[in-house]
Amino acid sequence: MDEPASLVARFGPDKPLVMDCGARLAPWQIAYQTYGELNAARSNAVLVCHALTGDQHVANPHPVTGKPGWWETMVGPGRPIDTNRFFVICSNVVGGCMGTTGPASLNPATGKPWGLDFPVVTIRDMVRAQAMLLDHLGIETLFCVVGGSMGGMQVLQWAASYPERVFAAIPIATAAIHSAQNIAFHEVGRQAVMADPDWRNGRYLEEGVKPAKGLAVARMGAHITYLSEKALHRKFGRRLQDRDAPTFSFDADFQVESYLRYQGEAFVERFDANSYLYVTRAMDYFDLAADHGGVLANAFRGTKTRFCVASFTSDWLFPTSGSRAIVHALNAAGASVSFVEIESDKGHDAFLLDEPELFATTGGFLAAAARARGL
Amino acid sequence: MDATTAFAEQQPVRPDHRLVAEMVEPGARVLDVGCGDGALLALLERERRVDGRGIEISREGVSQCVARGLSVIQGDADTDLADYPDDSFDYVILSQTIQATRQPRQVLEHMLRIGRRAIVSFPNFGHWRIRLELGLKGRMPVTEKLPYSWYDTPNIHFCTIRDFVALCDEVGAQMERAVALNAGGEPVRVNVPWWVWNLFGESGVFLLRRR
Repeated sequence: MDEPASLVARFGPDKPLVMDCGARLAPWQIAYQTYGELNAARSNAVLVCHALTGDQHVANPHPVTGKPGWWETMVGPGRPIDTNRFFVICSNVVGGCMGTTGPASLNPATGKPWGLDFPVVTIRDMVRAQAMLLDHLGIETLFCVVGGSMGGMQVLQWAASYPERVFAAIPIATAAIHSAQNIAFHEVGRQAVMADPDWRNGRYLEEGVKPAKGLAVARMGAHITYLSEKALHRKFGRRLQDRDAPTFSFDADFQVESYLRYQGEAFVERFDANSYLYVTRAMDYFDLAADHGGVLANAFRGTKTRFCVASFTSDWLFPTSGSRAIVHALNAAGASVSFVEIESDKGHDAFLLDEPELFATTGGFLAAAARARGL
Repeated sequence: MDATTAFAEQQPVRPDHRLVAEMVEPGARVLDVGCGDGALLALLERERRVDGRGIEISREGVSQCVARGLSVIQGDADTDLADYPDDSFDYVILSQTIQATRQPRQVLEHMLRIGRRAIVSFPNFGHWRIRLELGLKGRMPVTEKLPYSWYDTPNIHFCTIRDFVALCDEVGAQMERAVALNAGGEPVRVNVPWWVWNLFGESGVFLLRRR
């Protein structure tokens, strides 16, 4: 965990990560990947922020699963985020489990995994860590920060916390506040993890076990929220799995059951259960307006960053109304903002899939921003 | 060469766009409601150096605008103008769009609230050719500029120049400038009575402010 198959920036006791909960995390490290080349003016850096269970492997095969990078449709040579033009950075979030310090890392005070002694992480903590990584890399300003879902929250936080460091921002399928419904879904997932007897109050790593069932159930539940009724119906309908008739049992008769079980099992191979608790919690706590006197527009007052906001028609986890609230606030703050709602029946996951309109809009926005930036 | 220049070379500037651009002071903050593919907004940014924003209902239009480097939001004039604060723009423009709104009066009132000035251009339904179609043929006019049949037209609230002048009175808008363009895109001669404009103007362009 602490020696990941990617680049790592390590920060000693002199450079603690100061966290919202009051903790000063040190030593700590952040794992990241880069693609393309930083230009001489150091002005072409694009930070990609990953979503809840994503990681830094945005455009290379995943070292654990061997699957393609999670956003290869968007990031790569000739893609909308063109690695021939831009220097792309993607780092694993604090609290994650792909090499950045998180609950599975060793606590230097005890020599054992942190477990639940790891301080609770916020979206702002994640962004602070990324800012320290950029300082480490000698990159003063980002040409663009882009991400979907929890990645989009980081994009908004970047624009609010470091407006002078962000030239352009693309928050996709996200919101400036995590809704009660979404907190509720997260709580179900966490309770599933904690109900697994192998969770052992978070100390499962020391005891050589894994709350695989609980985490798999959490993933199954969450996975439904990433899709849409239409997408599920199109993909599976009521079709049966490898059988001609129901078995009158609780076996996975339906394809959709089999699919969800597979998703759950695959997920536990690559994700740490405690990380899941921490990262979902970070999203729950996200309320950008609350940090600015209850007025979201105040988060963006005087910003020079140009924004391109996108949502999807069938996304019920982060519906268009959440994106419109962001746009409304940006307008009230006099910011430069574009917004498009993309027609798709694929639900929240649409932002990760082959959506030509998303590529056309983000590609066009980036090309125009690059001209304005002189890239 | 920037984005707007690149596009400018591809298409000639429409006469009504040219006229609108002349009405806008350089460097102003402008909201173009129903900005389409962004041709007018790009012209304003290029020639008047405005700080421009747009609202466009069609996704394709928004994508084209964004690719031009314009700041455009997908939205609906009938519902979204209410979200804009008072006096947030120097000019709010409604170019060839008012006839497609559900609540033209409400839209105009919002424009006058949001902007210090409003610019409205629209096809004049009192033009002699339209009167001819309706009066002699007895059919809803279908012309080169208004190519839709009555049953599939997005233009649900046509008006004549005189109708629009009456609406301006009703909502308390003061006309600072009014121009009628003929079919060739030339301004109809000034110092003629309204009925001449209403007959020979193919479109009207009005610069308004709150009274």
